[in-house]
Order: sequence, then C-alpha cells, then structure tokens
Amino acid sequence: MSNRFAALTGNQAAALAMRQIEPDVCAAYPITPSTQVMETYSQYVADGAVRTELVLVESEHSAMSACVGAACAGARAMTATSSQGLALMHEVLYIAAGLRLPIVMAVANRALSAPLNIHGDQSDTMGSRDAGWIQLYVRDVQELYDTLIQAPRIAEHCEVMLPVMVCFDGFTLSHAIERVELLEDGAVRDFVGVYRPERYLLDVEHPHTFGPALLPDYYTEAKRQQREAMSRALEIIPHVALEFGARFGRAWGMVEAYRLEDAEIAAVVLGSTAGTLMEVVDRMRERGVRAGMLRLRAFRPFPAEEVVRLLAPLKAVAIFDRADSPGTPSGPLYEEIRSVLYDAPARPRISGMVYGLGGREMLVEEASATYEALERAAAGTAEIPPPGYLSARG
Amino acid sequence: MFQHKTATAPVSLKKLAEQPDLLTGGHRLCAGCAESAIVRQVLMASTYPVVAIMATGCLEVATTVYPATAWRVPMLHNAFENAAATASGAEAAYRALRAKGRIPDRELRFVVFAGDGGTYDIGFQSLSGALERGTRFLYICFNNEGYMNTGIQRSSATPLGADTSTTPVGEAVLGKPGWRKDLTGIVVAHNAPYVAQTAPTAFRPHDLKNKVARALEAPGPAFINVLSACTRGWRYEPADTIAITQLAIDTCYWPLFEVIDGKWHLNYKPKQKRPIMDWLSAQGRFRHLLKQGRLVAEIQARIDSEWDTLLERCGEAPVAAASVPPPRKAAGASD
Ligand SMILES: Cc1ncc(C[n+]2csc(CCOP(=O)(O)OP(=O)(O)O)c2C)c(N)n1
Ligand code: SF4
Repeated sequence: MSNRFAALTGNQAAALAMRQIEPDVCAAYPITPSTQVMETYSQYVADGAVRTELVLVESEHSAMSACVGAACAGARAMTATSSQGLALMHEVLYIAAGLRLPIVMAVANRALSAPLNIHGDQSDTMGSRDAGWIQLYVRDVQELYDTLIQAPRIAEHCEVMLPVMVCFDGFTLSHAIERVELLEDGAVRDFVGVYRPERYLLDVEHPHTFGPALLPDYYTEAKRQQREAMSRALEIIPHVALEFGARFGRAWGMVEAYRLEDAEIAAVVLGSTAGTLMEVVDRMRERGVRAGMLRLRAFRPFPAEEVVRLLAPLKAVAIFDRADSPGTPSGPLYEEIRSVLYDAPARPRISGMVYGLGGREMLVEEASATYEALERAAAGTAEIPPPGYLSARG
Repeated sequence: MFQHKTATAPVSLKKLAEQPDLLTGGHRLCAGCAESAIVRQVLMASTYPVVAIMATGCLEVATTVYPATAWRVPMLHNAFENAAATASGAEAAYRALRAKGRIPDRELRFVVFAGDGGTYDIGFQSLSGALERGTRFLYICFNNEGYMNTGIQRSSATPLGADTSTTPVGEAVLGKPGWRKDLTGIVVAHNAPYVAQTAPTAFRPHDLKNKVARALEAPGPAFINVLSACTRGWRYEPADTIAITQLAIDTCYWPLFEVIDGKWHLNYKPKQKRPIMDWLSAQGRFRHLLKQGRLVAEIQARIDSEWDTLLERCGEAPVAAASVPPPRKAAGASD
C-alpha cells in the first residue's frame, strides 16, 4: 500500500474523505466555517470525480430532510454544517435518529447566535447531544479524515443503525492546514463497503410505511431501542477503529488518555484543545508534577466505563467545557463526568471551566494556572476552585 | 407540450373501481373526509409504481398508527414542513441507485401528499426549493383550507370570513381577515411544467385522475392543488362532501384548470355561474356571514374578478351569472 501525504485544511480533508467514501447522495447548504466542505465536494461532482447526486437545498432544515429522504430510500447520504445550520436542522436530527437512518454529517463546530459569532466553540453540537446521534469529536485533521472514513461503518452497522456526527473545531481545524496521511481510494472503498439496508423506501415490491405515528403503547419501546443501539455503539466504535488500525496503522479509541497512567491530576476536554493541554502536561511533567489529560473522542455514546477507570484514581480533575449550560453548575461535559464518577468508590475533586467561547483562544498560561490549582488541591494546600469561566473579563 | 398518456381514451371508472385499493379502509380519517378519496384516486391513476412522501397532518395521523398502516405503497413521513425536501432526497437517491444498478432499472414516481398548512405556510420554503431545483415529483396539496389536524386553525389558504379556532367570530372580528393566498399561481410562477387545480366530484370524475396521469408524465416538478372538503372544519354533514365540492366549482370559487408548460387551460366552464351565497350558506364556518350583505357582495366581486382573470389567461369568453339561483338539493350547513 503506497500512502501519500498532503497538506490539507480540515474542510479539505473532510471533503476528500467524502470523495473516497463516495456517498450516493449529498445535500449542501453553506455556512461558515464548514462551507468549504461542500464547495470542494461540489467541485468533485462537477469534475465527474464522484457519482453522487448533489441536492442543493434552500436551507439546512431541507438539507437534513433530503438526507432523511435519501437514506430512507436506501442511499448512503452525507452532509456538512455548523452552528445556526445545525440548530435549524434540530427537528430533523431527532427524526433521522428515530428512523434509524445512518446519515453521516461533518460538523465544523461554531458558536451560536446571539451575539452573532462565526468562530469556534461546541455549543452547536452540545445543543443536539440528546438528538440520538453518535457524536465523535476529533483532535486534528488526520483524525478528522480517519474518523469520517470510519463513520459510515459505525452508522450502518446492523447493531447500531444510527446517524453519526463527526465534530471538528471551527477554524482551529476547519481552516488550519495540517499534514495528513491519505489512504488510497480503493482501500477506502473496500473499507466502507456498500450500504445495503434491510428495508428501504424504493423497494416497491415490499412496501413499508416509514415514519408512522406511535402512541403511548409503543413509543417508549421505540425510544428504548434507540438507547440500546447507542449502547451497542460503545462496542462497535472501537471495533471499527481496531479494524481501521489493523488495515491502515492508525488506531483511535473511545478516549485518548495522555500521560494518565501514574497521574494525580488531569484535565478533560473534547476536540482540538487537547493539543494545548498536552503541551501543558509536558511542561508540568518537566517540573515533576504527575499531570495528565483525558480527551473524550466519543461523547455520544458516553464512554462512562473508560472515564471512571481512568479518572477515579486521580486526586483532582478539571473539566474544560467549550459550551455552557446556563442555570446548571457548569457545562455538559462537567455534569456528565461528575455524574458517572459518583458511584466510584474513590473519586477525585472536580473543577469545571467553561472556555473558548466564540473562538476565544485558550492560552497555555491559563491552562497552566488551572493545572496549578489542581496541583494545590491534590496536595491539600488549597480548595479545588469552584466551577467558572476561564479567562473572562469582569 | 410534453406527451401524456391520457391523450388516449381514459380508463373507465368501472375498471378503476375493480383495482385493488392502495390505501386500505379501516383508517381513522373522519367519515366524509375527502382526503382518503383523493389519495385513492391519485394512486389508482398512476400506471407507475408510486413512492409516497407525506407531511404531518390528518392523513398521517389517521393512516399510520403503529402497528397498522393503511398504505400499500411505500410511504415515508418525515415532518410537517419538509415533505418536498424529503422527496428531493428520495428522488436523488432513486437516480443515484438506479444509475449504479443497485435497484431495478425501472420507472418509479414520487408523490407528495401534504395539507394546505404543510404547503401554503410552513412547508412553503421547502416546496419552493424543490420546484426551483426541478425535483421530479408530483406534489398533491390537500387543500381543506385550514390546519385541521390540530383543531381547525386558520392557514393562509383559509378563505375570508371563515370561522376557525384562531380566527373565531366575536363582537369585534368576523372570522378570518384577508383573502386566501393564491398558491397555485405562485407555483405557476416557479415555471413548473405541470400545475393544476382540481377537486373530487361526481360530475367530472375523471378530472383528478386525468390530471394525475398527465402530471406523472411531466419532465419536472408537477403540482396539483386539490380542494379537500373537511366535514369537521367546514361544518356540514359527512354525506355532503362531494356536493359541497361541486358548489365550489359551480360558484367559480375553485375553478378547474391546468397550466402545462406555462400555458393555461380551463377544464370546466359552468354555463351559469352560481352565486357565492350558495357556497357560503352550505357551511357552518360561514354562518355568521350570511346576514353581512356588503361583505358577501365583496366576496362575490372578488370571486368574479379572479374568474375573469382566469378566463382571460385561458383565452376563454366570459360567462353569465345565474339570474335566479337554481334550487340547491345538496348540503345543509351543520354546526
Ligand atoms: C413544526 C411543527 N409545527 C406544528 C406542528 C403541529 N401540527 C401538526 S399537523 C398540523 C396542521 C396540519 O394542517 P394541514 O397541513 O393543513 O393538514 P390537515 O391536517 O388539515 O390535513 C400542525 C399545526 C408540527 N407537527 N410541526
Ligand atoms: S378533520 Fe377534516 S381533514 Fe381531518 S380527517 Fe376530519 S374531515 Fe378529514
């Protein structure tokens, strides 16, 4: 297998992965910072490089609706969006999941209005965390490329049949050029295979009614089946990653643990900020501090077992949320990690920091200050800081 | 003008009646609801296998309650406002999968069923997008002139003065203010190759199915606005559905016409136009208007002027108004 390297932005890498997957149908609607994904893909279509029917819709609501129509018809369907676009899709996201349609969507994370802001944070995908989609958050462009290629396999797995969002930080990843190791077209084609659903709308010989009304006598069971499918995805995601690793040499788990083996303190995060935190961890380690980092790659399904196994032995942990949940103690990641740690026989002191809203940079110094606070809490020389905002003016 | 199959002799009603129903009985639509009659006629009229896409509304909640379904053709219901976009996706999938040899290589047809709420209002953007994109589908709007499924609220298809649950009649307000939206005209303005208005009647039983057959041959989007009488919302006896529909046509309240490749054709011209009072007085939703002479005259004037415009577009001569209204056997208004 002859691999190639290329310098690509996140958006270009996403479009390239999509070209290699070659979905049957793509819907497209522009929004910063993900616009370039579908622009690039449109060029592939224009050049005859892919056999994809492009549906150029008049809104993201229609983009997701068209994906539902296409996926239900038996096609592999993909799209990309961000922020307001994802918010506009909200209603249809639940329908895609409820109809068990394995749609794959690349989401370049961006802040939500108001105030209007086109820059990166994870408020958009956090707003749809209960829509029933699998949510995978990536750290860099390579992981974005690799994860998108794995996504159809996860979504279409007969034990799962759920839509997948691959989330990558707006601008930080969507517009940053990184070196990416690419796979051959044929290798990707073999890996993703062909989508052959058991029941589909175009099967006129065997007519089915899709999207019926379920009253209180059946609705609960349908919802429980979705929950069970999501639980099975806990097994299928690593299984697909393992197969990807075996074929292509790059392995991705449910979580990424960095220098956690003997750690006493750690920060937890989603997405590209892990890069900053790893730098801080290295600096702390040079000073002899037993620091580490945990990045959740899957947020839905929530990898509770790994989180407990890796964090319970620690003394102090800071959870970095790039989205707020006003009216609750901190962000959604904070809530969920605290919740799964509750039953652990021993658990760390936990702090929560909302950071990076609307594209605000997390500075190494700020992250270091949080680690230092954890260090003091671990040593028992200070209380763990209460949840708050990292770097916000008064 | 594109070729259409019904240029040859239409199939006889008797023969049609022998065909199996593709929407079975036992569904939960009200007795007298026109929607099921319309769906059955549409499905019968197609010589192609049909894939149905449906918007939320009375039809959906009445025909798909799990674990039963009344549908014998494949059917997808997505949401209220996105049937057209859903059809765009399904139709794109059909072309893609057919080209790749993953489904049998044969002609299918995509038919959307949506109410006036799901078409004139909340689904308007999605419809407009699909028309502009050129999605090859037939979009059937059941126009019962209101949001019936949620309890008879006004829509932009609701006629002036109608009593609905969000335009109730009171001391200060006489039902729905403002005229209905001319959606058929708006669809024509999208340059769709086939646009028509029709309604299920006994006196022109072929009108609906002939239009469907022609629409299914259109090389692009086709749209048929079907007046769909609603016994609950319009307030008349269930047995009178077809008679009420007839009044809409005879008063020129709901003319039958089609626009093929931008050319307007009138399908029925009453010898004498019946007064609009006949239409109004047959339905409980207009009861409060009957003594409002000036308002009724205004409605009549607007109907007349719209009818004249239509005649002009279709290149037809004007029709005389009936001097003495013929006796009306049909439809007594009910509450
Ligand atoms: C986004 C959204 N808003 C509101 C509703 C509630 N709703 C369901 S059906 C309906 C009215 C349907 O009216 P129409 O399209 O005219 O069809 P009908 O029931 O009259 O046949 C409404 C308001 C909904 N399902 N989704
Ligand atoms: S309320 Fe009207 S439209 Fe709805 S089922 Fe009854 S008659 Fe039909």
